[in-house]
Amino acid sequence: MKRPIDIAAPWLLLGLLLAVWETACRLSHVPPYFLPPPSAVAAALVETAPVLAASAAVTFGMALQALVVAFIVGGGLALLVSLSRPVETAVRPLAVALQVTPVVAIAPLVLIWFGLDHADRAVVALAAAVAVFPLFSGVLTGLNSADPDLERLFDLYGASPLQRLRHLRLPTALPFVLEGLRVAVGLAVIGAVVAEFVSGSGATQGLAWRLLEAGNRLRTADLLAALTWLTVMGLVLNAAVAAVERAIARRSGRPLAGG
Amino acid sequence: MAKLPTFHDSGEEYAACLSGVTVAYPGRAPLGPFDLSIGRGEIVAVVGASGAGKSTILRLFAGLERGHGAVARTPEIVCSFVFQSPTLMPWATALRNVALPLDLAGIPRAEARDRAAAALAAVGLGDRLDARPHQLSGGMAMRVALARALVTRPALLLLDEPFAALDSITRRRLIEDLHRLWSDRNPRPALVFVTHDVEEAVYFAARTVVLDAATGAVVADRPSPGVLPRPADWRLDPAYRSAVETVAAALAATMETAA
Repeated sequence: MKRPIDIAAPWLLLGLLLAVWETACRLSHVPPYFLPPPSAVAAALVETAPVLAASAAVTFGMALQALVVAFIVGGGLALLVSLSRPVETAVRPLAVALQVTPVVAIAPLVLIWFGLDHADRAVVALAAAVAVFPLFSGVLTGLNSADPDLERLFDLYGASPLQRLRHLRLPTALPFVLEGLRVAVGLAVIGAVVAEFVSGSGATQGLAWRLLEAGNRLRTADLLAALTWLTVMGLVLNAAVAAVERAIARRSGRPLAGG
Repeated sequence: MAKLPTFHDSGEEYAACLSGVTVAYPGRAPLGPFDLSIGRGEIVAVVGASGAGKSTILRLFAGLERGHGAVARTPEIVCSFVFQSPTLMPWATALRNVALPLDLAGIPRAEARDRAAAALAAVGLGDRLDARPHQLSGGMAMRVALARALVTRPALLLLDEPFAALDSITRRRLIEDLHRLWSDRNPRPALVFVTHDVEEAVYFAARTVVLDAATGAVVADRPSPGVLPRPADWRLDPAYRSAVETVAAALAATMETAA
């Protein structure tokens, strides 16, 4: 049971920070293009709400598509790899090499491949590339982390590879997959924003484009308003995955992976 | 699953037999040679120091491990295994856990369900069919594991320190239950029971085998006095006490030579 103070504390801190910010702006006469007060950002939020909502929907949609693509590619690859040990030893170093490469650095390449005519496809592809590794790694780790004694039991009863996958490895992998999904959600949003920055054409009209637009025009309050939308979007996605994780953990009564 | 050589002589009274089997592990001296025959319907306890290869013997009998030498099992024999921990699937109900061997054997779901429910009732958990492992106490979880081992009606049941993690009262109760389940069955299954507890071994088994601490070779093979299941107050009987001391002395001797 959470005490009221535990629920109120973060909001109190947020209110305090905003109050300090507002007071500091008013007292020091900082030019609003440099740092607008929270009241101005709030006004911008209201004023630009229709435009930003539409842009947020675009960014959200692209991040979600990227997540689906990353899940299919990363999860599928992990499934294939888990079925054969030699394939796994062959793929592991490659996967790690891909992971240590800053994926956003391949943005220009992705733009050439996917984005010349369809900027949105480039954004989805790049966001998927950023989000794919935690999913691949989560699924693969999960598939390989079954209780060794349960594996022996499946040996003893002569389980086929498909039975082993269905009755043992996939259920074991579920919490790991959800953990990977939680990381991937954040990365997909980051990927979508960076890709839009790089494409820089405004063809996609997502939140990143609004950020660039507002920045170029020194409309700092609008910029902060767009940033707020991004933050809230990330929080909502994160909370959604956490809720799914909790629901599944409650149903099966097991602790969450890694925690 | 490893295919085991089988007894060709149809008059054979053994359930399983190891003769001159050695097992090589990387980085240490090979274990064995193991020479051990288990009669049909016989209860044999295996005691030995940690690392003496008690579990290896069970895995050899189960065909989960390959050694050099002859491992034999009667052709039609069904073999089950109970591990040190209950080794249940945490996401599945007690019923589905017990039905697992039948599911893997492709037995229709309804029949598997009925047989699993009967097996759970036999171990006193007829009212906990839908409980998940985390809702069960350690003793109850072990009963579920026992039910899962018995649901295939094995002729050879291998138990690898199954009660090591339980308190002594629960342990005694489970031993009485195992004796009852064993004597109710016709024909009786052979039980091989690995433990580090000499009193438990002599009480439970008709014969106790002591392994050498270093090589795992059988150094002593002592029959236990009395009848199975044990009469009440058998633990106070002088014949039982003296058998315990004989086996304990043999076990202590193996540890001295190793130290």
